[in-house]
Order: sequence, then C-alpha cells, then structure tokens
Amino acid sequence: MGVLDTHKKIETNVTLLLVLSFLVVTIGGIVQIVPLFYLENTIEEVEGVRPYSPLELAGREIYLREGCYVCHSQMIRPMRDEVERYGHYSLAAESMYDHPFQWGSKRTGPDLARVGGRYSDEWHVQHMIDPKSVVPESIMPSYGYLMNRQIDGRYIADLMRTHRRVGVPYTDEMIENARADFRDQANPDADHSGLLERYPGAQTRNFDGQPQLTEMDAIIAYMQMLGTLVDFSTFVPDPSR
Amino acid sequence: MAGDDKKQDPTASEGVPDQANRVAPPERQYPEPKAELKRKVAAEPPTTGHVWDGIREYDNPMPRWWLWTFYICIAWAVIYWILYPAWPMVSQATPGLLGSSTRGDVAREIADFETRNEPWFERLNATPVAALREEDDLERFAVQAGAAVFAAQCSQCHGAGAQGVQAGGFPSLLDDQWLWGGTLEEIHHTIRHGVRNEDDPEARWSEMPAFGADGILDGDEIEQVVEYVLAMSGQSHDEDLAAMGAEVFEWNCAACHMDDGSGNTDLGAPALNNQIWQYGGDRDTIRHTIYYSRYGVMPAFAQRLREAEIRAVAVFVHQLGGGQ
Repeated sequence: MGVLDTHKKIETNVTLLLVLSFLVVTIGGIVQIVPLFYLENTIEEVEGVRPYSPLELAGREIYLREGCYVCHSQMIRPMRDEVERYGHYSLAAESMYDHPFQWGSKRTGPDLARVGGRYSDEWHVQHMIDPKSVVPESIMPSYGYLMNRQIDGRYIADLMRTHRRVGVPYTDEMIENARADFRDQANPDADHSGLLERYPGAQTRNFDGQPQLTEMDAIIAYMQMLGTLVDFSTFVPDPSR
Repeated sequence: MAGDDKKQDPTASEGVPDQANRVAPPERQYPEPKAELKRKVAAEPPTTGHVWDGIREYDNPMPRWWLWTFYICIAWAVIYWILYPAWPMVSQATPGLLGSSTRGDVAREIADFETRNEPWFERLNATPVAALREEDDLERFAVQAGAAVFAAQCSQCHGAGAQGVQAGGFPSLLDDQWLWGGTLEEIHHTIRHGVRNEDDPEARWSEMPAFGADGILDGDEIEQVVEYVLAMSGQSHDEDLAAMGAEVFEWNCAACHMDDGSGNTDLGAPALNNQIWQYGGDRDTIRHTIYYSRYGVMPAFAQRLREAEIRAVAVFVHQLGGGQ
C-alpha cells in the first residue's frame, strides 16, 4: 500500500473529500489571483488619475442607468487600429475608481474610453437629442429627455460615501463639499478654486447650455472627462507588459 | 386475399423469373453467440477492488489517443512556460524567452508604419502649405492619408461624406462656400487652431451678438431683418417688411455680412445671399439665429494631430470640391 492507494480513504469520506477539494481550489486560486495584487506590471500607478467629481459621478450613474454600456465599451485594446482610431490604449489605472468598471466587450457604438474633449458640448447635446442628425447611420436612441430632468445633487454625498466604502479615496472634505461642487461645476460663474483643488483637471462650464442643472449637464461632464486624466505626452508605458 | 398472397410471396405469382435464374446471395457468416460470450469472459479486465452495493469498478486502461493527447498537453505547457510570460515571481512574472508583450507588439507595429510613412510626412512638412497639391505623388498620398484622418477625427461632425450636418450647424465641406476661407492655407489654419475654442489663442474667433436676447433689436426690427434676409437669399418674403429690414441690416449686420450679404471670411461671417445655410434658411431658423445668435466651435487639431496629418487632411478637404 503506497501513498497513492490511500485515495480510497478520501473517496469514501465525504467531509475529508470536501476539505481537501477546497484546499486544492484555494491553492489554484492563490497562485492565479494573488500575484495580480503585487506584481509591478499589474498595479502600475499612473499620474493624473483621480476619483470622479460629484457631477461626473452623477453622470456616470446616468450612464449606468441608461445602459450605455450595453452598446459602448470603455477600453481601447493595445492594437494599432484601435490606437489609431480612439487614441492611446487604455491603462488599468484609468478605471481604478470605477465601481463597476465599464470596459465592456460589445461595441454597437464606438468605444468611449477617450471620448473626452473629442467633441464640443453642443455636439453632445445635439447627439443626445437626435443622434441621427449628426451621425446619419447611427441606431442610438434619443436621450433628449435628459435635458428636462433637473437634478440638485441631493443624494450625491451618500453616493460618494458608498464609493468610499468600496475603496475610492474620497476625503471627508470632498464629501462635505459634494453638493456645492456638484452645482458649481456646471455653473461658469461660481468660484471653482476649491473644486479644482479637490478634483484637478475638472472641467467647469455650463455643459448643456441651459440655465438649470439637468442630467444632460451631468452626463456631458462625464463624457468630456473620459480618458483625459492621464497626460500621454509625458506618460511612458512600461514596455514589459 | 390474392393481394395478401402477392405480398407474402411474390414468386408465387405468374410472370416472375424462374427460380433457377436467380443468383444465390453469398452465404453469410455469423459468429457463434456462445463462443463470443466465452471469449469476453475470458478477457475480463481486472477490477479496482472498489465495491458499492455489489457494483464493481473495472480497472480499464485509458484509451491510447487520450493519454498521448494528455502527455503532449503537458509538454506544451512546459514549452509555453519557457517561451512566454508565465510564473509569477517576486516583482514580476517570468518574462519568457520570446519577450512577448502586448504593449511591445503594438508599439513595434506602430513604429513600423511610422517608418514607412516618415519620408512622406517629411515631404508634407517640407512643402509650403499652398504648394501641397502641386506634386502628383505627394497629393495622392495626402488625399489618402487625409481621408483616413478625416474618417477618424472629422466625420463625426462634418459627416462621413463631409456633407455637414445642418441640425448641428456643422458646415458642409463639399461646396465652395467657406466660413473662414477656402484656400489650402486658410483650411490648414482652421484645422490647426480650430474655431472659437478656449484651448488655442490663435483659434478663429468672432462672435455674433444675440440681437434679440441681448435687447439690441426689438421684435419688429427682427421680423423686418428676417424678411430682408429671406429676400436677399431669393426666397418668398414680405416686400414691405423686407424694405424696412434693409436699413436694420445696414446698421447691424452689414459690418460683418457685408452690404450685399456676401459674407466675410476674415470674420467667419457666412454669405446670406445664396441658398447655402449653415443652420438652416427657413423663416423660423433665421429668426432664431438673429435672436439668440450662433456660436459654432471646432477643436484645435494642433493638439491632437501631427503637423503632417493636419496638412494631409487640409489637402483632403481642399480637393473635395470647394477648394479655392
């Protein structure tokens, strides 16, 4: 009777079988998953990536609510054709504050990972109201009603607290000022110094051209910042990936 | 009854060939059932010794093809570990002998195309903008490269065929009516610096007053000048109002749009005396334009594209039909 012959004991003892199977699966999991948390090239830190500003975060919620991710991905793959069309391939760090991430695997519409700054706000408004008027071959539905839905950021601090719980480093100061930042970002006449200190590079203007703050402001604020946080004129990709 | 007989024994009916003429089928060999059974019993494989409710488990060997596939897979895994990134180590995974890297691959591929395009880009950069269409081979390259840039960067607003989108105020690039000028140099400048954007100090810039919203003209005057613009562009209009509108136009509009409404490309003021409209030429749209003004913007592509690409797309736009 060698060691191999003792498998009869395992096969006839349900508890032992369960414990040992669990052990095997655990080892497999540890070998595959744990290195992703410490290998240098999987936790590449990139300068410029910051948590979403309150208005951008609200825009992201609208993006999720409307199911934009069903047709639009947010991940530019490292391939020449994608880089030519959409810009620099996406970095893992760029979605580090996305819960959940919006990478996607289905492109009915174009990838949006770097849509920020690609079009004017006016274009976005027109495109949301009537996509076919600017892209005749588009099958995107109209989202014009976002223009009529006013928002006041009543729950934005709660939302930020939720994101903080899953690891987004929102500070107490950010949460305290959440509602003011929410309103100010779409108000070109407000004082933005605090907002810009908390969220460097945030764009501040009246996004939808209407005096009131609407969901259209939020989603355009979100669109216009997508993929703009990393400065690719100074970023040097780690070639060993 | 006769029919039944026929079915059961066709040879019984008349007209069927004689038995003697038929070819006898070869005699078939059937194994003796009992002997087969005996052979199997004799070759019965050993059992593993496991018994459950009287069921015993045969200890059959794995099929040979299966085993070999399995061994080859193991060997392949070892080869793969050596050649490709595989095992996680302290700070990074084993890199593999082939030095495979997705980022490296795409960088190499892009660099390869760069080197191939480089001589052309150099020629584009070295040639004065106004002379870009003078050399045939350079023009051909510029039109092709420009078309690709246009599809990725410009078509979203100006349309896949450069036909423009009136609903968004995105002008057509196919006609010979230009807001900021239609020579190669002017097109090049517009693409490079954009229109009314805040990113580029050299952006094309002008601002039409919101004659209604800012209270410069009253409602009557706006109605008059709307009719005058309709008259100027040869559309049906109210003669009396248009006559009064002429004076309003002269005082408020002619400075940019010129007395005859022919526009001024230095100020991005479109011609009003023809049927080409950026935002629409019906009464309501003209009234809206005068009341609220328009403020079309275009990004500065100097920040997004290389100079050679801008030159290529300028040539592409210039040759679409309206280039001057």
